[in-house]
Order: sequence, then structure tokens, then C-alpha cells
Amino acid sequence: MTALRPDLGIIAREVRANARILDVGCGDGLLMAALRDTKGVDARGMELNTRDVATAVARGLSVVQGDADIDLAYYPDGSFDYAILSQTLQTTKRPDLVLDHLVRIGRQAFVSFPNFGQWRIRFAHMFGGRMPVTEQLPDRWYDTPNIHHVTIDDFRSLLVERNIKIEGQWFLSGDKPRNERLANLLAQHAVFLLRRD
Amino acid sequence: MAVIMHGDTRFGLDKKAPLLGPVKLDSGAEFAPVECAYETYGTLNADRSNAILICHALTGDQYVASTHPVTGKAGWWTRMVGPGKPIDPARHCIISINVMGSCMGSSGPASIDPNTGAPFAMGFPVITIADMVRAQALLLDYLGIDILEAVVGGSMGGMQALSWAALYPERVRSAVIIASTARHSAQNIAFHEVGRQAIMADPSWNNGAYYGREAPSAGLAVARMAAHITYLSEEGLTEKFGRRLQNRDAKSFGFDADFQVESYLRHQGLSFVDRFDANSYLYITRAMDYFDLAEPHDGVLAKTFAGTKTRFCLISFDSDWLYPTAESRRIVHALNAAGAAASFVELSSPFGHDAFLLDAPEMNRIVDGFLRAGEGR
Repeated sequence: MTALRPDLGIIAREVRANARILDVGCGDGLLMAALRDTKGVDARGMELNTRDVATAVARGLSVVQGDADIDLAYYPDGSFDYAILSQTLQTTKRPDLVLDHLVRIGRQAFVSFPNFGQWRIRFAHMFGGRMPVTEQLPDRWYDTPNIHHVTIDDFRSLLVERNIKIEGQWFLSGDKPRNERLANLLAQHAVFLLRRD
Repeated sequence: MAVIMHGDTRFGLDKKAPLLGPVKLDSGAEFAPVECAYETYGTLNADRSNAILICHALTGDQYVASTHPVTGKAGWWTRMVGPGKPIDPARHCIISINVMGSCMGSSGPASIDPNTGAPFAMGFPVITIADMVRAQALLLDYLGIDILEAVVGGSMGGMQALSWAALYPERVRSAVIIASTARHSAQNIAFHEVGRQAIMADPSWNNGAYYGREAPSAGLAVARMAAHITYLSEEGLTEKFGRRLQNRDAKSFGFDADFQVESYLRHQGLSFVDRFDANSYLYITRAMDYFDLAEPHDGVLAKTFAGTKTRFCLISFDSDWLYPTAESRRIVHALNAAGAAASFVELSSPFGHDAFLLDAPEMNRIVDGFLRAGEGR
């Protein structure tokens, strides 16, 4: 099995065995397959990219081609133990509404995203005077799928606004975990476990 | 344990069997006796868990992967069914049944009414997709198959697969629905009505009583021509024919088939009448028009699938305007709402609705993976 991306590794570790999960933006289903094979999880996925969906289904996963901005509305309240959105929030048209759906559909929700407040990105912007292109966010401004960049502090204030409770948080520099201190400045990635208050 | 079927004459090519009981029709009537023509490929395993039912489309038949007795052509889905294909007789016991109302051996309007000794013609009961499925279920009873590993169908075959999952959820472990819909739209009904009117406007139709006389071939050919357009995409037609002329250098200023596309459609119409019965065309298009899976559930499609354990795989094609992706998506939304295990993907193809019958490696890869995952359960 291919090694999971570090943020997915955290989610895979934290998900309860035999849970029901919805992986939104599941790609070719790597996390779903890992959770199914190691934790007996009943996994469902949603993905926009045709080729990825085909690969996931050919892997025997239940994945539907869909758009988080449109198709989440059709899932009933509390129909999953976890709704998972990894590295996808920043690509949605309305991250706030997507977030609402996640904590509605899942009793809990995992959300991971690249932190746009990390110092390298701040430096690139401040001194380069250009939209940052980094290892984590390698796309240029005109062809990036990341249309809603977000920092950890931005995300936290959205949670307060939407009455969403943080039940767990993890931060990463590269593939190394780091603590919460100065996370907004130092962490490249954040993973949050959320619940509707 | 292949022995089970050794010498079992219920299995094999070109079979026909009377159903064990009457079919309870949606119209309220009970219809008997009903005969079903069918074929099987491969061997039913010892625990009878490897049966896959293939459901055919409007003008299809049971000759999925064997030579058609009338046209002499290869089976209509040899790209999906056969050795080394996703549905493989080496692994599966494959069953395909000619739908009730058709003309390839199952009871239909051309069959003899035992009460009169003459063909039913318009005396044949109006049937629905669900009625076709009930008849198939009776045939599976006869074959001793309780549970289907999968029911697979494209177009009207997909409607049957959906109906199977709705009517007999405990008998269907997986359902593959390709280029299909959960209801016939006004546009779908409209095109079918054009075809039916073409048949009924043919003087030879004679209110359906044409057996033993000249058949309404002109009407049926026009019906087929109109329908055939809906199976192709504008892009596909343009690519194949453009405005090219047929065997001539200049327009004739007459009403010959000047254009290649006209000639092609005429050929489609003419070759169709050799293998299909006009009354069957009326009955089956009627059944499709009556199809609305949500109707018995107050129009709420999700209720149709409440509590289902069946796994679903839906595939649509982006150039299919007969049963466009939006219709598959409606089904997927309902399945999601019902908490069903569902997979769905829209594939890209220039060939319109007919894409599911053509070479589509991605479709094969998906169906193969989906079926194998079900077998691993």
C-alpha cells in the first residue's frame, strides 16, 4: 500500500474502527481503501475528477462523481460518523457552506488544509511581491484549483462564526507533527476534528 | 462444482421455458401462460452465488454474446460479456432473458393466444418494466437461482436493473445501471410517440392484426429511424457523415437519399424490420413510457431504495442526450439519501447514448472493479 499523505495519516489514525465515513474529494480513494482495509470502515466517497472516480470504483470503493459545492446537499443529517474533507476546502466555491454540510452530514468532521499563513508563504508574498508558489501549493495564480486560500486563524474564526466546536487539532511541518504554539505562523498543514455545537 | 449443471438442460444457449406461475401485471391482470426465451453462459457455482443477469435494451434480445439467429451478427454486448471481459463465463453464470412483449421467443403480441389459436396482436396485455422484471424473477425461480450476484443493464436494461433492485432488493447484491434513467421524461415519451404513430399510420398495421399478411414495415422503419437519431450525438453524426453526399458528386434536386446520413438512416430502418415485430415495438416503448420508479413512492425516489443492501454502480455518458447524466445523478442523489452503497461516474464519449454498446475501456474497467469488489465480500 502506498504511504498516506501525512494529514491523511493523522485522519486514518484517529478514525474509530468500523465507523461510517464520507470522504469528500476522495481522489482515487487511497484513504478510503486504507480505512476499509485496516479499520473495517464503511467508506463512501465523492470526487469531481472522472479518472480518479474510475480508479476508486475499480478499486471496489463506493465513490460517486460529484461536486462538494452542489451534491453534499443530498445527504441526510447525521448519516455518517465522520465526514472527511482533506485538502479540498480551499478549492470549493463556498467553503463556509461546505463546512456547514460536513458537520451536518457527519456526526464529526475532519477537515485538513494547507495553511496560507505559514511564514514561507508570508515571506514569498511580502518580499517577492507575487502570489506564492510553494511545495504545498505549487500552482500558479491563474491555473490553481485553490481559489479560497485560508490560514489557520481564518479557519478558527469561521468555526466561531458558525458555532462549530473543535474536538481535535493537529499541525504539520512537512510530514513532522508540531504543537499548537505559533501554528498559524509555523505549520504548513492543519487537521481539525469538528462537531456542530 | 461444475457438475451441478452438467446435463441440466435448463442451462445453455437458445433456451425457452414456460414460467411456473402467472405474472401479476401492474395493470391489475394476471397473465398466464408466459414463456421466456433466454440464454446462459458459464456455470452456476455450488453455492449458486455467481449468477449475473444481463438485461437488454428496447430492441435487444437474449443473444448478448452469441450469434443472432436472424442477422447472423455477433452478440450485442461482446465487449462487456465473454472470456476475459468484465462479465466472464469463466467466473460467472450469465443469464440473459428476452423481455416479455418482445419478439425473440418470449411471450409477446406475436405469440399465439391459447384462447383463440391466433396471435394476440393488440390483445396482448399492456405491460410495464416491472412486469418484465416479475417475469424474469419467475424464470430465475425455475432456474433455481435465488440471489443474483449482479443485475446489469444499459438503457432499458438499466431500467430493469433498477426495478430489480426496487422490487427484489433481497435477491440483488449488486446492480449496474448504464446510460439509463429512473423515469421517462416528456421528451423521451414524445420521441416514442412519433415512432408509434409512424407504425399505426402504416395501412398495413391494420390495428395490429397483420400476422400472416404484409407487416407495417414502412411505419416500423420510420420509427426506428427517428429513434436511432436519439441514440447518436450531433457530434457523432457530424463526425461520421457531415454533409457528405451519398455515391454522387452533386445534389439531385430530388428526394433520393442525397446525403450519407439519410442513406444510413434508411439502412438502419430497413434492416431493423427484418428482425423486429412492429407490435412488440409498440408494447415495449409503452412499457418504457410508463416507467417512473418513484411513482409508487409518492414521487420520492429515495423511498424506493430505503434500507437497501444492494450495491449500485451507475455510469452515464456526457454526449447522451436521451438519458443524460442529470438523470443518473438524480438516481445517485436518491441512493445517497437512502444511504445505499453507490458509485457513479460520467464518462466522456462522442457517441451519445449508444456509447455503452461501443468500445469504452473505462466503462469496462469500472464494471470489472465493481463486480470483483462484490465478489470479495
